[in-house]
Parts: sequence; C-alpha cells; structure tokens
Amino acid sequence: MAINKIMCACGSGLGSSLMVQMNIDDVLTELGVSGVQVEHSTISDVQPGAADLFVIGRDLEAFVNGIPDEQKVVLVNIVDKDELRGKLKEKFDAQ
Amino acid sequence: MDAVLDFIVNILSTPAILVGLLSLLGLVLQKKPVEDVVSGTIKTIVGFLVLSAGAAFLQSGSLLAFGEVFNYAFNMQGVVPNNEAVVSMALSDFGQASAVIMCLGMVLNIVLARFSRLPYIFLTGHHTLYMACMLAVVFSIGGLTGWPLYIAGACVLGLIMAVSPALCQFTFKKVTKTDSIALGHFGGIGYFIAGLCGKPFKGSKSTEDINFPKRLVFLRDTVVSISITMMIFFVIVTGVAVGRGILSADPSQFSNLNELLNVGTETHTNWLVWALTSGMSFAGGVYIILSGVRLVVGEIVPAFKGIATKLVPGAIPAIDCPVAFPYAPNAVIIGFLVSFVGGIVGLAILGVINAAIVPVALILPGVVPHFFCGATAGVFGNAEGGLKGCMLGAFVHGLLITFLPAICMPVFTQLGFTSATFSDFDFSILGICFGNLANIIPGWPILVVTVACFLAPIVYALVAPKKPAGGETAN
Repeated sequence: MAINKIMCACGSGLGSSLMVQMNIDDVLTELGVSGVQVEHSTISDVQPGAADLFVIGRDLEAFVNGIPDEQKVVLVNIVDKDELRGKLKEKFDAQ
Repeated sequence: MDAVLDFIVNILSTPAILVGLLSLLGLVLQKKPVEDVVSGTIKTIVGFLVLSAGAAFLQSGSLLAFGEVFNYAFNMQGVVPNNEAVVSMALSDFGQASAVIMCLGMVLNIVLARFSRLPYIFLTGHHTLYMACMLAVVFSIGGLTGWPLYIAGACVLGLIMAVSPALCQFTFKKVTKTDSIALGHFGGIGYFIAGLCGKPFKGSKSTEDINFPKRLVFLRDTVVSISITMMIFFVIVTGVAVGRGILSADPSQFSNLNELLNVGTETHTNWLVWALTSGMSFAGGVYIILSGVRLVVGEIVPAFKGIATKLVPGAIPAIDCPVAFPYAPNAVIIGFLVSFVGGIVGLAILGVINAAIVPVALILPGVVPHFFCGATAGVFGNAEGGLKGCMLGAFVHGLLITFLPAICMPVFTQLGFTSATFSDFDFSILGICFGNLANIIPGWPILVVTVACFLAPIVYALVAPKKPAGGETAN
C-alpha cells in the first residue's frame, strides 16, 4: 500500500509528536521521498484509516494495538534519527 | 491615509493575525515555497480562532458552572489546575501582548543560547505560548502596557526558556546518558527539585528492576484522563451541592446553572447526568483548545528550530517531557501515582489551612499535571536515587504543584481568573515571584529588574573565567 500520509502521535499531540514530525520531514528529504503528508496529533486520533503509517514512542505502544504491523512504526527512542531512518526506510522499501 | 493606518493598527492588534504573521515570517525565513507559506500562515490563524472557540465552549459548557456549584457546596473557591483552561481565558484579553512576547521571547532565547553558557533552544511551543500569556498577565498587573510590557515579558520568557532546561540537565543527562538533548518543559524547576530529593538515595534499587503493572498507561490520553477526573469532581461537588439543597435554591443567584436547575429548558435533566456530561464537556473544551494550539505551534516551532540551529553553534534542543518516559516506564507510572497522592495530601492540608488559618483557594489534583509532570519527576528521582528517590521526588513534586498554585492564586484573582489556574511548576514560581514583585515595584522598576535578570547570564559568560575544556556550562 502506498504511503501518502504519516501521522505521529503523543499524549496531548503538542510537543513530542511535533519533534518526531520534524525528524520525519528531515529523514524523508534524506531518503529522497516527496509528496508525503506528515501530521502530528493525539493518540485519540490514531484510528485505522486516519493515516497510512503511524509513528509513536514505545511507551504508547498499547494505543496502536488495533493498527496492523505494516502500518506502524514504534520508536524506542523518539529523538533518535538513525532509528527513525532505519525503520522508515524499511516501510518505504516494502511498499 | 487615516484609513490605511487604522487598518494596519487593527491588523497588529488582532492576536490571530499577529501569530499568523509570526508564522509567515518563520516560513519566509526558511525559504519555503509559496504554497507552504500560504497554507502555514492560514493554518496558524485558524488555529488561534479554534482556540478561542474552545475557550468559549469550555467556560460556558462547564468551567463557570463548576465554580458556582463548588462555591455553593463548600463556600470556598475550588480551582482546577489546567493550563489550557486558564490560557484560553487570558488570551481573550491578553492575546496581542502574548503573541508579541512569544515572538520576542523566542528571539531572546536564541540570543541567550548564543551569548551565554546556556545553549538550550526551547522547542516546546505550547509551553512557550502559555508562558508568554502568563507573563503578559503578570506584568500588566505591574501597570506595564505596550512595549515595556512586551520587553519585560520577553526578557523573562527568553531567560526561563534557557534556564529551565539548564536546571533539568544535571539529572536529565543521567536519564538519557547524553548531553545532546535537553528537557524543555515548564515543570523544569520541579524536576530539578525531584532530582535533588533522589540524591540521598544514590545507589538504591531502580524502579525498572521491579515488576509493575503498566495498565494505567491509558491515562496518557488526555481526553480520557481529563474526562475521568472532571466527572469525578463534578459528581462529588454537585452531589454535595444537591445535598445542601441547590436544586430548590433561587436560580437567579446563579448565572451558569440553568441546565442543572432546569430553568428555561424543555426537558428535565437529572443532576447526576448533568454532572457526568459537564465533566466530559470540560474534556471536550480542552480537546478543542489543544487542536487550536496544535495548529498554532505546528508551524512556528519548526521555523524556530531551523533558525535557531543556524544561528547558534552547538545548540542543544530542549524537548517536551514525554521524551523522558521511554527511559523508565515504571518510574512514569509510580511517579504519577505518588505525585497524585501528594496532590490529595496537599489538598487536605489546604483544606485545613483554609478552615483554621487563612482563606486559600483549594487546588484540586488534576490528572494531567500529575501524570505528565509527576511522571517526569518520578523519572528524575529514579535517575538519582532509584525507587526511593522516585517516590520521594514525585511526592514532594505533587505537594508543591498543589501549594504553589494556591500561593499564586491571589495574583490571578486580581484579574478575575478564579476557577482555573496554571498547573505546572515554573508557571507558579514565576507567577509568584514576578506577580508579587509587580505589585511591590510597579512600572519601570520591574522592567529594569527583568532586563537585568535577562542580561545576567550573558554578563556572567563574558566576565567569569571559562572552566577547563569539557567542563563548560552545565556540561
């Protein structure tokens, strides 16, 4: 499935999800991917269909149980760009 | 000509457009394509309008009614510590000043990061906005308006944006095992204290070495946690009020309880149903406000980060508190629970003080501040002193975020903010310090004090000898 929209989420959808969003924007540029919409929001908004790929921290894994594995990226360290790059590349290579 | 001038003045005094211009500036400086500039600017303005709509809904839907019912039930002032609630109210009167202070404060944060030994760039945009708003309120108490108000507010904002992460860094670098990121959250001084509380227990068993159920993590969802707490508060408070006969009281003494008292409504509402829906209305109001804030800061923060990292070599980004959570998931839950217990103990103590000594506002334990700040305090306490450090740090933190808002309350009550207040540590501390200072030395002396506070770290960096390599600043 083509990834057109990525959503990052955190507790109130203001701070850390925005950090992850900025990192994703950087990583996508590095990977040469364009035309993907990246958004951040609260974990309440993580619903199947709301995006093609969800990115969240490991501590919130319980909130993405309803999302199939190929549509989610769970980060151990939400500020680690290398981890993010590796996991995102995997998803984009698979599409 | 006058018409043009009037138009320009009007634009610059409309907060929504002002924050829109701020994000326009950020996007242009980043050399974004035109379509991004247009959509980013529009989204920021719409965000601000959504925020105002949320504020109106929050107040008419539940907050004002809560204040009246609480007062009837207990003859006291009950205060919900919720940043979004108080900011959304304050922005209607202080929107313009808040927007200008936020913009200048971010500039001064960059200046401080560049020229002092505090290289922290504060990236938690919603806290920057809330703090700008609080400082606008506080310094207008001191009689400042226009540019003196903006400068005083911006100096303190720029200063705390660098100082708060710097204080956290002593312990936070033990949490993350790196000095390349910092914690940017205006509970910072509280976390610093929680870290100190953990110090005596150095070497005690870590929270991560024990088994602890993680099911409470569902409270991380702010909509859920706010709903649950506010429903409980509403049911208890309305129950007591009903017991004391509020349903047969004269409705004309209340202005926001028509629905509860079934005045002018066609259907009859049971008080319990009213209490439950009002509690969830509160969460709904906060949800709307958060959506607005998200649109506002979503464009401004990336611009701020881009500009700051270009201008400040070796800048350390200071990031919102959940960044600390994955390092110690058990400390997060234990910290929350213990902090919450601290909040309840603190509430009981305030109740005794109110009854026996002086009237104080009762600060109710909000799940959101206790979860986010209490959890972070727990992580800090754990990093210094394991499980014992985590518990003591979080408990002390829970007590303090109950007492400090109570002490700070008179400052805000002067301006009519009675039913909600700032919840996190730094807001209360700065509110108490500068709010009272503004009362004692209003006018230009307070402006001089704030400018001096801001310049102090820069002067120190110029004058004081540098420590040997590697030992510079908070490293």
